[in-house]
Amino acid sequence: MDVKAEIIAILKDVTGLDDVGSDPAENLFADGVLDSMATVEVLVAMQDKFGIQVPVSEFDRNQWNTVNKMVDRVGELEEA
Amino acid sequence: MHNITPYSSPTYFIYLLLLLSPIMIGLYNGKRFRVYETFATVIILITAFFGGNMSQGISLICYILFEMVLVLSYLRYRTKENSKNNFWVFFWSVILAIIPLVFVKIDPLLNNATISLFAFMGISYLTFKSVEMIMEIRDGAIKEVKPWEFIRFLLFFPTITSGPIDRFRRFQKDVLKVPSREEYVALLKTGTNRLMLGLLYKFIIGYIFGTLLLPKVSVLALSYQHQAPLGLSWWVLAYMYVYSMYLFFDFAGYSLFAVAISNFLGVKTPMNFNKPFKSHNIKDFWNRWHMTLSFWFRDFIYMRLMFFMMKKKLVKNRVTMANLGYLTLFLIMGFWHGETWFYIVYGLFHAGAMITNDAWLRFKKRHKKSIPSNKFTECFAIFLTFNVVCFSFLIFSGFLNTLWFS
Repeated sequence: MDVKAEIIAILKDVTGLDDVGSDPAENLFADGVLDSMATVEVLVAMQDKFGIQVPVSEFDRNQWNTVNKMVDRVGELEEA
Repeated sequence: MHNITPYSSPTYFIYLLLLLSPIMIGLYNGKRFRVYETFATVIILITAFFGGNMSQGISLICYILFEMVLVLSYLRYRTKENSKNNFWVFFWSVILAIIPLVFVKIDPLLNNATISLFAFMGISYLTFKSVEMIMEIRDGAIKEVKPWEFIRFLLFFPTITSGPIDRFRRFQKDVLKVPSREEYVALLKTGTNRLMLGLLYKFIIGYIFGTLLLPKVSVLALSYQHQAPLGLSWWVLAYMYVYSMYLFFDFAGYSLFAVAISNFLGVKTPMNFNKPFKSHNIKDFWNRWHMTLSFWFRDFIYMRLMFFMMKKKLVKNRVTMANLGYLTLFLIMGFWHGETWFYIVYGLFHAGAMITNDAWLRFKKRHKKSIPSNKFTECFAIFLTFNVVCFSFLIFSGFLNTLWFS
């Protein structure tokens, strides 16, 4: 699976919504798909899956609010 | 002479804008007059804290020095080579940072209290900023702070007494650069609009609700006290709405001033309110009401607590975990407001509302097809949220305490 598919799988698992990721540019916070609790679950799942560390301080909602942006951020953190 | 609370009267703005005009002319011409900025800050702090018997001012100075030594020491610990990032060093740094505030809050409970070493207007807001810095230093997000930068961030006078609560890295971005002419003109425009709206909110609408109506409704509610069970006559309901309107317009007006004056200084201090009475549910409400405070609680208490519980696997069930988080967050918020039963109940009430809201959202998710969603349900949701919020403000106002216990 590529990163995008993995992220969508995590989001589906956390939110229990089947149609998450159908629009990768959807703002997940504005549309209420993710709340703070779900966000932490997603971050923890990503840490386990990709071996990246995302401290809460570095978690800027505007940088993580769509599937596309999540894919970019994970890519950046994996390279670092 | 006595202390002058910032933004407390329309004439304050005339003097303030006169004092700030050299800074504004400088920014318009692409220059930041740092020495003059410092001079203006000193003048405003003197009028706000040294006007009376100077005890507030002395407290402020001691407090700033204390927090500065603490934050810079922690930074030194975290940035030295092979820093262990020990949890307990972090823990005790946070405890030390909040101790002055804790003392100030406990003080009213004691007779002839003298334990509040540092009592001054706005201590809470400066403490939020210090704790934020310690947490971000722990995460390695803040790597460098000069003593001067620390003081400038904490003593940024437009927001010193009641926020909005800015974040260090965001603030640095603004003060380290000079906006372009275009950017600054745009800032002046939005700033002016915010200032005008603030004047309308605080000195007209807030005045009508708070100064003209509230005392009348209060007297009526107290005089009909014996004709209704628990003293809850219809006038208490009137008090609830009048107080809620007063609270919003007074505080939102004040926050608009703080953001407007920041804008004039080329700083984009975050907004505190975003049409809170249009919220669809209580979660939505906390994303719109006193936003810098609720985001602070979200980022530095709730999310961190969730992370901690999830990693240590302290609680298995995610619903229980989220609810424990809400209880912790809102209890802390209640205690922060003050050590009285009605602030604590206010906190518990909101925790309960959040828990109920989450349960409803889960139910709605499972029964998507059978629950109608249209213009009418939307209006009903707004109406219900508005009333739940107003009821929480009635608790918060302490009026029930007057009604029942005094």
